Amino acid sequence: MKEEIDVLEQTVASDYKYGFVTDIDTDVVPKGLSAEVIRIISTKKNEPEWMLNWRLKAYHHWLTMEEPEWANVHYPPINFQDIIYYAAPKKKNKLNNLDEVDPELLKTFDKLGISLNEQKRLTGVAVDVVMDSVSVATSFKKQLSEIGVIFCSMSEAIQDHPDLVKKYLGSVVPMTDNYFAALNAAVFTDGSFCFIPKGVRCPMELSTYFRINTEGAGQFERTLIVAEDEAYVSYLEGCTAPMRDENQLHAAVVELVAHTKSEIKYSTVQNWYPGDENGKGGVYNFVTKRGICQGDHSKISWTQVETGSAITWKYPSVILKGDNSIGEFYSVALTNNKQQADTGTKMLHIGKNTRSRIVSKGISAGRSQNSYRGLVRAGKNALNARNYSQCDSLLLGDKCGAHTFPYIESKNKTAVIEHEATTSKIGEDQLFYCRQRGIDAETAVALIVTGFAKEVMNQLPMEFAVEAQKLLAISLEGSVG
Amino acid sequence: MDTIKTDYLKDKFNELQSSSADDVLSNIREEGFKNFNKVGLPAPHNEEWRLTGISNLFKKEYHLSELENTITIADIDTARLPGYENANELIFINGKFIPELSTIRSSENDCIVLPLEEAIKTEYKNLIDEHLNKSYRFIKDGIHALNTSFMHGGVFIYINKNKVLQHPFYLYHFADARNNHLLSQPRSLVYIDENAKGQLTEYYTTIGAMDSFTNEVMEIVVNTNAIAEYYKIQNDVANASQVTTTHIRQIGKSYTHAVTVSLNGGMIRNNMNVIMEKEGNEAHLYGLYLLKRKTHVDNHTLVDNTKPNCFSNEFYKGILDDNASGVFNGKIFVRQDAQKTNAYQSNKNILLSDDATINTKPQLEIFADDVKCSHGCTIGQLDEEALFYLRTRGISKELAQSMLLEAFAEDIVMQIKHEPLRKYVEELIVERLSIN
Repeated sequence: MKEEIDVLEQTVASDYKYGFVTDIDTDVVPKGLSAEVIRIISTKKNEPEWMLNWRLKAYHHWLTMEEPEWANVHYPPINFQDIIYYAAPKKKNKLNNLDEVDPELLKTFDKLGISLNEQKRLTGVAVDVVMDSVSVATSFKKQLSEIGVIFCSMSEAIQDHPDLVKKYLGSVVPMTDNYFAALNAAVFTDGSFCFIPKGVRCPMELSTYFRINTEGAGQFERTLIVAEDEAYVSYLEGCTAPMRDENQLHAAVVELVAHTKSEIKYSTVQNWYPGDENGKGGVYNFVTKRGICQGDHSKISWTQVETGSAITWKYPSVILKGDNSIGEFYSVALTNNKQQADTGTKMLHIGKNTRSRIVSKGISAGRSQNSYRGLVRAGKNALNARNYSQCDSLLLGDKCGAHTFPYIESKNKTAVIEHEATTSKIGEDQLFYCRQRGIDAETAVALIVTGFAKEVMNQLPMEFAVEAQKLLAISLEGSVG
Repeated sequence: MDTIKTDYLKDKFNELQSSSADDVLSNIREEGFKNFNKVGLPAPHNEEWRLTGISNLFKKEYHLSELENTITIADIDTARLPGYENANELIFINGKFIPELSTIRSSENDCIVLPLEEAIKTEYKNLIDEHLNKSYRFIKDGIHALNTSFMHGGVFIYINKNKVLQHPFYLYHFADARNNHLLSQPRSLVYIDENAKGQLTEYYTTIGAMDSFTNEVMEIVVNTNAIAEYYKIQNDVANASQVTTTHIRQIGKSYTHAVTVSLNGGMIRNNMNVIMEKEGNEAHLYGLYLLKRKTHVDNHTLVDNTKPNCFSNEFYKGILDDNASGVFNGKIFVRQDAQKTNAYQSNKNILLSDDATINTKPQLEIFADDVKCSHGCTIGQLDEEALFYLRTRGISKELAQSMLLEAFAEDIVMQIKHEPLRKYVEELIVERLSIN
């Protein structure tokens, strides 16, 4: 047993391999937040008047709000004046293709394992890369535009497709939604925009990589995905940050709009720097993600693998407005050392015959706290709404915590809602079984954890599944209980 | 828009403090009132009270009645529960324990029943000091603090070592709301000593058409190898609202079995807390809410495992009709020391009407790794196949429905181990469901 614990601890103690800083010239707006800073950001991005007004409105609303405290996470108060709200790699010209990208930057992404060149040639995944505040490269744009798919950075979208942006921005997550969403609306600097026209099945996975590079910078990106009638898109998101002693703030907003018979599949592998084993540093990941199944027979599916961040505060939700629409949420949240995660989902059943499914797997190790917080609400008109939720927690080590806060609300008699949750540790019998067959303790734990998370991993696109699998193993190294 | 009135409570409190001199109790009251002033009534944004707007009940001024013995023996007779001939019957009127109307059938060797004010002057003083108002976790709760600040006329029940009581306790709470809106705040402390077994049943009756609000706190302390059985039957009128807090502390390796049945009333909130303070404790909590009209029932349970090897099982079921609303909030805490905890929790609901609402939140907070905890909850309707099966055998739809609902409720009712009581509740339920 002792030996097993050692192995577990070693595994847990493994380093964050994405903790490098790229030495690139950046264009930085001084620290602090004010209407002036927002104006500067807006000017730098050459934004139209309406955009600036929208930001200012959000900012003024934000000033009236209070930071929420209900989440099961603890952190010292954030000084919002001590954050750089805009940091962009200095660009000389607008880039036409990847060959013009700053070579330092390309190296960065090679280190991250996302070689843009390689991606371009081999995998057929279109990638949009966002560094600090600004989208630096988008691949496969041309091929996508041929079939009508718009995939570009949010800044470009504001310039090139203002009507679409105006129509959909803030339609799912209004600027007044919550504290961090309002902050994001005021200062968001970039993000990805993705529009799939009617009847188009996006031929490749779309992907965005986010990275915070500049010290003291917060990252506030905004992603908007719109699928028109009968469209399909699968979208991947990955995140990393360098190792730093101070905490960095990441407050993103993601909005998904699914029209009639369309499907959006959104996958995240979140691996922001989690802080060191004493809880020093790390990213505060306060994210608002929400999708709306606007049309009948539409479907939105969230899959997330959360292994990073000092604090995660994130509830990808689905508003099931269209009749017969489907919402799904698959999550693996792994916390280690002093990480804290409060994550889950909301399934709001409004339309008739709507269905949702929640599978959440929490794994806590070290001294971490891992919470599932979810809401399933069947409204008065949500006839025959159906929900199934399952949230399981696995505890590795006796100093960590696993918490479940499921809110289940039904206002009509035809709704059927089921929820079940279990919490346990890795069974000694399971470990024994593996050991008996000559599998060492560490591999056995990895095996069991992988099995535990399999249901969710299966939902990930292939390119990500491998990475996510590896991430789990790395984050877990040394956590046998 | 009526505002919430609590100012008059201060005068009443001062009145009470100046009229009674027992130091121990008045100190506790003082403390309680300080807390009440600090935290106030639970506001809607208070997570624990989010779905039960208790502060709305304070938009009117209540009469905090001093003893007006307007309740007669005849009134009491109408409320007696089956099996009373063999029970220790304790009568509370407007929240005050009335020894003269109560009947204790157990011998003094087996158990002691005294008004708190008297008990504190006896050999039990130390015991009371040690355990009264030690439901510390909830002292910060405004409504609990309110009860504490008006703690007088409460009862102390002590069940002696090695005694298995043959006579169950029936606690009848009468509220006389004929002339005024009434706030009654019963308070009791029950101590079940080593190797003893005690059974308690609480029953509530409101007389009169004005609003009655009962804010009850009962603390039960269960010592080593003791067994506590606790039943609560809520079948009061629609103008009767309640907040009941039952705080069970298992201070030795012991066993608790509790069943709460809510059938009628206004706004009802039941806090059922079990604190496992020693290793090897076991607790079974059951609840049934069968609601019609505008009744609102909120069951908050808490099982706090502070020591290893405890077992707890919770099973709550509800059937909601008309405009009724139900809340279930189950919380299981497993502290870091509480390794090898086994905790189960299940909540099942059937909605019969489109205007009924159910909110359920089975919650786990776990800080130890070697535990087995699970919870499940469902919201749904009667099984179509079961209905069909019965219909094919020539049973009418209505009858088939009530049969299935009765069966649904029976899971909980069968947990009432005291037979006369079980039969009584069964009848109530059959009667209720056959009307449907």
